Amino acid sequence: MSRQRDQAVLKNKPDNTAFTQQRLPAWQPFLSAGYVLPTFFLLGLVFIAIGLGLYFTSNNVIEIELEYTGRSPNSSCHHCTKNDTKDCKCNIEFKVDKTLPGPVFMYYELVNFYQNHRKYGVSRDDDQLNGDLKYLKEPSEYCFPFRQDGQNRPIAPCGAIANSMFNDSFVLYKVNNSEISKVPLNSKGISWWTDYNVKFNNPKLDNGTDLKQAFEGTVKPHNWPRPAYELDTNPENNGFINEDFIVWMRTAALPTFRKLYRRIDDGLQPGKYLVEISYNYPVLSFNGQKRVTFSTISWMGGRNPFLGIAYLVCGSVSIVTGIIMLIVYIKYQGQNIRKVE
Amino acid sequence: MIRWIRQQLGFDPPHQSPTRTIYVSNHFPQYENFVHQKFPDNRMISSKYTVWNFIPKNLFEQFRRIANFYFLVIFLVQLMIDTPTSPYTSGLPLFFVITVTAIKQGYEDWLRHKADNEVNNTPVYVIRSGGLVQTRSQNIRVGDIVRIEKDQTFPTDLVLLSTDREDGTCYVTTASLDGETNLKTHHAVPEIAKLRTVSQLHTLRAVITCHQPEPDLYRFVGQIRIQQNPNNIVRPLGPENLLLRGASLKNTNEVYGVAVYTGMDAKIALNYKSKSQKRSSVEKSMNTFLIVFLEILVIEAVISTILKYAWWYEPSYNERTTQEKNSSRILTGISDFLAFLVLYNYIIPISLYVTVEMQKFLGSFFIVWDLDLYHDATGQRAQVNTSDLNEELGQVEYVFTDKTGTLTENEMKFRECSINGIKYKYINGNLVREGVTDGEKYTFTDEEKMFLKAISLCHTVHINDQEETRRSNLNSVVDSSSVQYYAASPDEKALVEAARKIGITFAGSSEKNILLNEFGKEQRYKLLDILEFDANRRRMSVIVETPEGKKILFTKGAESSILPLAKTGEIRTTSVHVDELAMKGLRTLCMACKYLTKKEYEELASQLLAARTSLQHREEEIANVFNLIERDLHLLGVSGVEDKLQDKVPETIEALKLAGIKVWVLTGDKLETAISVSLSSGHFHRAMNILELTNQKSDTECAAQLQRLDTRIKHDHVIQHGLVVDGTSLSLALRGHEELFIEICKNCSAVLCCRMAPLQKAKVVRLLKTSPAKPITLAIGDGANDVSMIMEANIGIGIMGKEGRQAVRNSDYAIARFKFLAKLLFVHGHLYYVRISHLVQYFFYKNVCFITPQFLYQFFCLFSQQTLYDGAYLTLYNICFTSLPILMYSLFEQDVQPHILQNKPSLYKEISRNEVLSLKRFLYWTLLGFCHAFIFFFGSYLLRGDDASMMGNGQMSGNWTFGFLVFTVMFITVTLKLGIETHYWTWINHFVMWGSIIFYFGFSLLYGAIIWPFLQSQDMYCVFVHMLSSGSAWLGIIVIVVACLFPDVLRKVFWRHARPTLAQRSQLMEPNSGITCMESICCYSRGETVCSPLRRILDQIMGRCKPLRVNRCWSDLDPCYTNDRSILTLSSMDGSSNASVV
Repeated sequence: MSRQRDQAVLKNKPDNTAFTQQRLPAWQPFLSAGYVLPTFFLLGLVFIAIGLGLYFTSNNVIEIELEYTGRSPNSSCHHCTKNDTKDCKCNIEFKVDKTLPGPVFMYYELVNFYQNHRKYGVSRDDDQLNGDLKYLKEPSEYCFPFRQDGQNRPIAPCGAIANSMFNDSFVLYKVNNSEISKVPLNSKGISWWTDYNVKFNNPKLDNGTDLKQAFEGTVKPHNWPRPAYELDTNPENNGFINEDFIVWMRTAALPTFRKLYRRIDDGLQPGKYLVEISYNYPVLSFNGQKRVTFSTISWMGGRNPFLGIAYLVCGSVSIVTGIIMLIVYIKYQGQNIRKVE
Repeated sequence: MIRWIRQQLGFDPPHQSPTRTIYVSNHFPQYENFVHQKFPDNRMISSKYTVWNFIPKNLFEQFRRIANFYFLVIFLVQLMIDTPTSPYTSGLPLFFVITVTAIKQGYEDWLRHKADNEVNNTPVYVIRSGGLVQTRSQNIRVGDIVRIEKDQTFPTDLVLLSTDREDGTCYVTTASLDGETNLKTHHAVPEIAKLRTVSQLHTLRAVITCHQPEPDLYRFVGQIRIQQNPNNIVRPLGPENLLLRGASLKNTNEVYGVAVYTGMDAKIALNYKSKSQKRSSVEKSMNTFLIVFLEILVIEAVISTILKYAWWYEPSYNERTTQEKNSSRILTGISDFLAFLVLYNYIIPISLYVTVEMQKFLGSFFIVWDLDLYHDATGQRAQVNTSDLNEELGQVEYVFTDKTGTLTENEMKFRECSINGIKYKYINGNLVREGVTDGEKYTFTDEEKMFLKAISLCHTVHINDQEETRRSNLNSVVDSSSVQYYAASPDEKALVEAARKIGITFAGSSEKNILLNEFGKEQRYKLLDILEFDANRRRMSVIVETPEGKKILFTKGAESSILPLAKTGEIRTTSVHVDELAMKGLRTLCMACKYLTKKEYEELASQLLAARTSLQHREEEIANVFNLIERDLHLLGVSGVEDKLQDKVPETIEALKLAGIKVWVLTGDKLETAISVSLSSGHFHRAMNILELTNQKSDTECAAQLQRLDTRIKHDHVIQHGLVVDGTSLSLALRGHEELFIEICKNCSAVLCCRMAPLQKAKVVRLLKTSPAKPITLAIGDGANDVSMIMEANIGIGIMGKEGRQAVRNSDYAIARFKFLAKLLFVHGHLYYVRISHLVQYFFYKNVCFITPQFLYQFFCLFSQQTLYDGAYLTLYNICFTSLPILMYSLFEQDVQPHILQNKPSLYKEISRNEVLSLKRFLYWTLLGFCHAFIFFFGSYLLRGDDASMMGNGQMSGNWTFGFLVFTVMFITVTLKLGIETHYWTWINHFVMWGSIIFYFGFSLLYGAIIWPFLQSQDMYCVFVHMLSSGSAWLGIIVIVVACLFPDVLRKVFWRHARPTLAQRSQLMEPNSGITCMESICCYSRGETVCSPLRRILDQIMGRCKPLRVNRCWSDLDPCYTNDRSILTLSSMDGSSNASVV
């Protein structure tokens, strides 16, 4: 009987495993100066090294920015801001002092334009843009009020984003002693590969290949001068897969943003240049600004000193605090030894 | 009809007469206007839900919780108005949380259903239509006659009708009800007891009248009216006639009983009342924080709404619909406010409650599994009755402990006695008179014999099973030395055993007789009456007829209840001896006797019978008769019984004091015994100035004494004070001078309350608990008299002792030994508190980090409620990405190693008064959250700069890339922040921490890999890959994460060296156990260099790593704080920490 009891007792005895007894082998780091100070110094050195590298990389990037809003009466584009002007063109000259090695990227920049406004941002139909015929004729409700025109005809592409597409265009000339030559601009590959190849597709009819036929029954967005299927003559860059359009459709995060316009593969040689602008896009109504920017690119992107500075600051703070901590630590150690004595 | 409906719905309580009438065998009277009383069937229902009402009832209960209700409201708002996020983002997590909780509760209820079914379907035998029928337990109706066989458990509350014994008695053990292991005798009414067959019982026509069901196990008042020709017989029924459900039949072959209380009316079922919910201080703080964050949420939403309208303009490129143009400003304002509320609602962590619940539920297993809390001798583990209070164990400020059975073993040994004014010692089975050097043989005097007879006759001890049956068969006394005694009271057992050693052996008892073996000679005493023990009288008596035919009353009881009644005998010397015995820490019982003449006896007997059969106020009348009988006694003497201290009690109490916990001993024992135990247990020590507040008779006297004590304490604050209070003085002090009394108590380092009634114990606890400082109280005890105190205190702990299981059942935690309290508080309490309080802080921190960037983003998007993160990330952040690391942290974290915690009780002080959740810490965490959020957001903002391209190919990115950048930085920072807080990295921590980060990247890649057909938007398509292909983004993420965590690390290192806490010093004392980070991932032990991988993985999964340290804390090798030296070193350590502060 007592053996039975013993067995019952043993059965009730908890397992003696590391897990049940909360003794799993564990690494027990604690943030003491012995560990942390070397880490601080090492981190500081590494960060300063990275920071210097980034800073100089960023500084090597050359950026030329030209504002052409035409708000002030002196600026060359001022005459285009009048309401009644149509097909207005204006020229801006600039000088390149140092060679900009190719490829040079050409951006347009808008200020105070809220592409991240919620109601603006959702006003699109991804299925329509993907070439889905059903949605071409029946755009999503999100496109409202840019979904249908007055006669209930569907708008393609629908929505506020598409409707407000940037439609200034630029031509770049090199000025060589009053002789003007056009600089070739490459528009291929300015949008994301996945956007161009997967996300955006033209509607395709089973029988025909003509883009115009596919868009039959739709109307162009209100603000557009011409329908989507006439954006470009190149069929690879027309309709929904027009790269300027795709670039515009990727809404920017903040109200000041750049969009890639063209690439100049050969770079810019020193000398005088002239940008001819077809000024169509009104920005004064919302207090906006327009700029055109030429920039070279390093492996880490455009000119942005922040990253280098951030690394330099972090690194030096780390080293400075490391030194302070070391002094405090030594002093404290000394006190401790004295106390023990 | 209407009334019937109202009754069914419970508006009109059905008419209840104070008594219920039961017709045995359901032979109802035949007259016309007879109304059936309705009784429930015999189904036990402990489950909360049925299949049908589970969903509505469970949902209702869950939505009563404020956080769940809040999310429901948010969800409904999202459904109703145009909000920035889809209803899924809050609906899915809510659904998840509700489902997890419902599954847990459903599972628990399913277990209860299973247990119920098992009980309800056990076969029983019932007499129906003249024969014995087998049926299920749930089919028993009130009035059925049920047959129970030996060792069976009673299926319902029964009135005993007959047994297979001639005298109509049966033996019952109520171990499962109240834990008393002795056999109890129950009686049948003599007139019915002779009906021993089914057919005889079937002819029985009887009506039982008894009171309605009530939970008191020991109270039953009723009568039975037997219809016999020519006239009816009425007999009283008492608790001795009632067989309780849950008790089981012993030593009796079969009994018949009639069911009186069935199903949920049974006394055991009425005792299953749900305990009042105790809430821990962490939970209270948590709710406060929740309200603070609700306020922050509303403020943020209001600011956003106001700014939206202050900066109001709609850009021309984003035309509004005519409907929007025409709607009123107020309406759009309200809907904008609600939309902002929805946008920021994630600041309230939805998974907080479910995580806390899981942590508590899973975490409490570590208490049950703890080998240090396992008592080898009895094979009992610690028991966790509620997991809600785990962390409260780390917050205790007052410990109220019972004495007997808690501090002491409750294992009595007879030591000394005083007979007729002469002191004796009990040595090796002999009674040695004081002063006599050698135990030479001598004949016992009459007084000594009377005293021993009183001990042997006046008790409730039973002898063991086999003896009982053999005796009844052979009708003779067997070899008395082999007899085993069973007693409810260990004192009685010790006394009877001692008397046997001396020479007078109790050899058994039956209904009518008590057999004694007096120095080899067998004597049969006729038992005339027993005046049972009760707590008010504090004594019991028997009336016996000696073989010579004399009638004697023997009384035994506490000296306070016997001495005043004694008239003759050596009263004065005896009372001096009582005090002397008590001073030695012995428990004293006085014996007295009284000779009764035949006439006296008959008169008393008839009074007694009248009182016992009365239906109204029976108890009072019985008490009156008892008082009448027990007076003018002849004092025989007093016995002294020793109760040994449990082991390690002084050490434990000393440790509790070092931990800053005030210990109060509350006992029912007398002053002197209590003080002596207090001294021996280290509760009081010799250098202490002991103040007394005892024997106060009047209010004014008490006030004066209190005033005196107060000035004494104020005058003299160098020396430690101990306070002794007795029950009556306490009630006086509490009546008018509560504040003064509390003031005095606070200044005393130890308080001892003696002569306490159970309710007084609870009152003292409540007094301290509700005093202005609201300290956390813990009550620990083992007996039924401690139950009220256990239920009153913030934490109630039951000792699995000898006095039954009532304390255990009503407690929150139960342990086998008092010494386990140290580990329970210092180790488990500390760890649970640290774990859960960090869990709470971290939860709010991570949600502040999560949602503040979203708030900041509104300043850059015209307050258009544009979300920064995609809906999937809003949904999954709390329930997937960041849930497991914190849960695992809160299960495995050990900021200080357990054995250090146990050896240094002073560590306990550092977390007292809810330190980790104090306002300062809360502000720190919240501000840290906001700071981090600013760094994430503006770091990313600056990284974007003038929107120069971040790609090597000059392409630009959009708003979702920006959101991803912020989210990735935030997620990594928040996860690593937890890593910084973790002091104990097991492989599980590694697994979930790095696993979460890998999961996040894996999920994001997958989420953006294809255009998911079921998702509404394609916004996230390839965005993550695109971001990761940018070198700047990677470098940016690294520098922002470092910038966030750097100050935090710096702060920690600085404080650790400049002003280390005791815990941090303790961490240093045992420089880490030599396990490196890599080894801990592989679950290695120290020194192991090569692992046999497969076996290792298996062990890892099972958690069977080799234990690191084999020495246990209570082993003899490791004396902990047993000697004074270690205490000294402890205090010097405290001192040095103070010095460094200065």
